[in-house]
Amino acid sequence: MTGTIEVRKPGLSTTVQDGGRPGYYHLGIPPSGGLDQYSLAAANLLVGNDPGAAALEIVYLGPELLFTAPATVAVAGATMQPRVNGEDRPLWESFDVAEGDVLDFGYLTAGARAYLAVGGGVDVPEVLGSRSTYGLGGLGGFSGRPLAEGDVLPLGGGTGRAGLVVPDDLRRSMSKDVEVRVVMGLYDHRLTDKGRATFLDTTWQLTPVADRIGFRYTGAELETVDREPPFGAGQDPSNIVDAPYPIGSIQVPGGVEPIVLHRDAVSGGGYMMVATVVSCDLDVVAQSAPRTRTRFVEVDLDGALAARAEQRDRARRLREALG
Amino acid sequence: MPRHEVVSPIPGVFYRRPDPDSPPFVEDGGAVAADQAVGLVEVMKSFHQVAAGAEGTLVEFLVGDEDEVDAGQPVAVVETG
Repeated sequence: MTGTIEVRKPGLSTTVQDGGRPGYYHLGIPPSGGLDQYSLAAANLLVGNDPGAAALEIVYLGPELLFTAPATVAVAGATMQPRVNGEDRPLWESFDVAEGDVLDFGYLTAGARAYLAVGGGVDVPEVLGSRSTYGLGGLGGFSGRPLAEGDVLPLGGGTGRAGLVVPDDLRRSMSKDVEVRVVMGLYDHRLTDKGRATFLDTTWQLTPVADRIGFRYTGAELETVDREPPFGAGQDPSNIVDAPYPIGSIQVPGGVEPIVLHRDAVSGGGYMMVATVVSCDLDVVAQSAPRTRTRFVEVDLDGALAARAEQRDRARRLREALG
Repeated sequence: MPRHEVVSPIPGVFYRRPDPDSPPFVEDGGAVAADQAVGLVEVMKSFHQVAAGAEGTLVEFLVGDEDEVDAGQPVAVVETG
């Protein structure tokens, strides 16, 4: 039996997200999808879905949702106590809701983004092969935007079962002190040796200016190499001739306040990118709430590939544990 | 007197005024209604009102104007009853 979810309170910015919409960034359409792909996969696997099925990404403040039919659900990612009709339910574990049940959440106590998966997935139409919401473009998800009070979300048919649990060692740990691995470049030649050392030695703090597009940090000013601006670049030392922005690239406008671009990023512009976050650590950035203390740790390309292989192995063990 | 802690439901920057040129939502020692805003929290480039949550006298702010707060952090105290 397929049902719906009625949105009684939307939370701060709750969006439908899945594994993403790769392949269109060259046209300016970013991949979108869950910012913490690992937690999204965990929530989906708990309810018997494919790891990249459409779920709800909840940031900072949980929604209040009414289920019109029985369903199996799971919440993974940020620590935000799920409650059914006011009674606590576990995180990282599947549980059933009955027709008429209301699911809501306690305050965020760790991390930043929780993923609510429902057996059968959230059945909004696919746009360019994905159900993910790209808010800036008004594309995909539920009407191309975050959920609002009164929205009714269609659910796919699912056959999940309650009581599946993600083992402790496969849960994402959440911390206010994180290390994010980066590969330096492509524009780190704009930094002096001192500027480069400052970037890697500073404990940066995430500001409240952090959303699906980018995460802005504060902490130090980076020294740049003096130069005559090349034709097409602006006068600011951080300006470059416009270039494509990789997802995960770290731009530093004015040499202050680095911005990590995330999965809803704009595809290009004219600020130097001094480094790029390795893909699996974008999940770590995703779970950073404002004031998270962050160190950028340099790895080479081999180190980045090793990190990716490790993440894939972890995802495989997760599938095996919940299969 | 029973003390009610006003809690910010979200992380962000706490503001005591609706905008820089306006007076504070509530002065220390001011009377508040349960649904009355005592401040704003800014996060992800948008502003969200924090309501007192209880009727009474706002006796104390626990954070300063423009301080960063965490989700679930008490920002003020209302004496009720």
